[in-house]
Amino acid sequence: MKTPSDRRYRETHEWFLLEGDIVTIGLTAHAADELTDITYVDLPEVGKTVAIDEVVAEVESVKATAEIYTGVAGQIVEVNTALVDNPELINDDAFNDGWLLKIRADSPTALDDLMSAKAYEKHIS
Amino acid sequence: MTDELMKTPLHDTHVAFGARMVDFAGWSMPLLFRGIIDEHNHTRTACSAFDVSHMGRLKLSGGDSGALLDRLCTRNLAKPEVGRSYYTHMCNEDGGILDDLIVSRFETHWGIVCNASNREKIVNWINGHVGEMDATLTDETTATAMIALQGPRALALAQELTGIDPATIKRYWFTTHELLDMRITVYRCGYTGEDGLEIVFPSGLAGLIVPRVLGTTDTPHPVIKPAGLGARDTLRIEAGMPLYGHELSEDVDSITAGQGWCVDLETDFIGAAAMRRRKEMGLASKLVGLELAGKRTAREHYKVLSGAEHVGEVTSGVLSPTLGKSLAMAYVSIEHADEGARLEVEFGGKRVAATVVPLPFYRRRKEG
Repeated sequence: MKTPSDRRYRETHEWFLLEGDIVTIGLTAHAADELTDITYVDLPEVGKTVAIDEVVAEVESVKATAEIYTGVAGQIVEVNTALVDNPELINDDAFNDGWLLKIRADSPTALDDLMSAKAYEKHIS
Repeated sequence: MTDELMKTPLHDTHVAFGARMVDFAGWSMPLLFRGIIDEHNHTRTACSAFDVSHMGRLKLSGGDSGALLDRLCTRNLAKPEVGRSYYTHMCNEDGGILDDLIVSRFETHWGIVCNASNREKIVNWINGHVGEMDATLTDETTATAMIALQGPRALALAQELTGIDPATIKRYWFTTHELLDMRITVYRCGYTGEDGLEIVFPSGLAGLIVPRVLGTTDTPHPVIKPAGLGARDTLRIEAGMPLYGHELSEDVDSITAGQGWCVDLETDFIGAAAMRRRKEMGLASKLVGLELAGKRTAREHYKVLSGAEHVGEVTSGVLSPTLGKSLAMAYVSIEHADEGARLEVEFGGKRVAATVVPLPFYRRRKEG
């Protein structure tokens, strides 16, 4: 599966896409595949302030539960409510429709410390 | 682990059928083929084939083998019937569970099926208690293969494949077919909550038997589909069946684990005295079923709470594909273990309401 090069990655398998000062966070397709059938997503409340490297959501599958880390500090401005009824969107389209939440980042440059697509692919190989 | 994983005689078939292979107790085993929920549902509605060749298959021969097993097993085996299988535990002196097993009375010997993770421990445990008795243990695990055919259509399909009507075998009985030095044993057992069979045969016959069961990748069997360990786990949780390493361990006795039905306390098996004392004193906790509100899945070690009090711990959980509910098994202190007790399960910082419900969660419809 292809790892988009337009975003950054954490070793715990989150992806971070920066647009302006908004960072969209999702789970990688590799991680979704490892989890197998995803059954539930626990999302945070919009407006909540989060610190860097904080657990902000949980993705549950028929096999295991994965914690989702922030990667940047800021405020949660939107969550993907489509996942409430269709958590399998993450299995089907992890890098697009399966996004989890958006954070208005206090300091978007924090993402520079995270992995590139190439480094992430090496990490999972 | 750097050691090479052991492979079952079905390994190449799994790979050909697109399995995702994982390390399970030192064996390379299929986690899934098409998807855990798909395989789960197919087992509940039709028939799945599970490779369970990783499980330990032991043979105990000799004039004292029955007496030895009767001493080691929680179940009373003093008057065994030839052709019958018995679910039992083996325990240490403290009543702690060493393993859960199926022991089967053949005409000339006993057959034992134990968990893959406990095979070495059980072989050593049995051999360590032979002493002066006439009993010889042979480990037949790698010389044989074992396939579980499970589901409402399993028996009819097995009849189509073999010409033998497996319905003539009662639940927890078995039949054997011998040709030259080859023996095929068909047990009416399983670990899914469905009716079905477990078939043991020499590894050398895998090339003949496996394509008859599954077909080939070009022409797969129209009904029987392979299923992996993922579905095996979700199926057994719905069926309320304990799994060693989760519900069962050396830290709990068979009665606390809710398996008192396989314990004959009036017999003198190893661990009986400890379990009798435990029963007289009253259990401190026991294994219960929990039904959770909502769709979150409780995982092993999640805390069970009653108000501010920590009253138990989850051992297994599943968002039940069959029942559509969030279900879990948990050890709960005895004063909170009554059916209907209202508890909570802790998910990170959040709490989810849970009610104690009877096990099993799922019971198959019986025909007739």
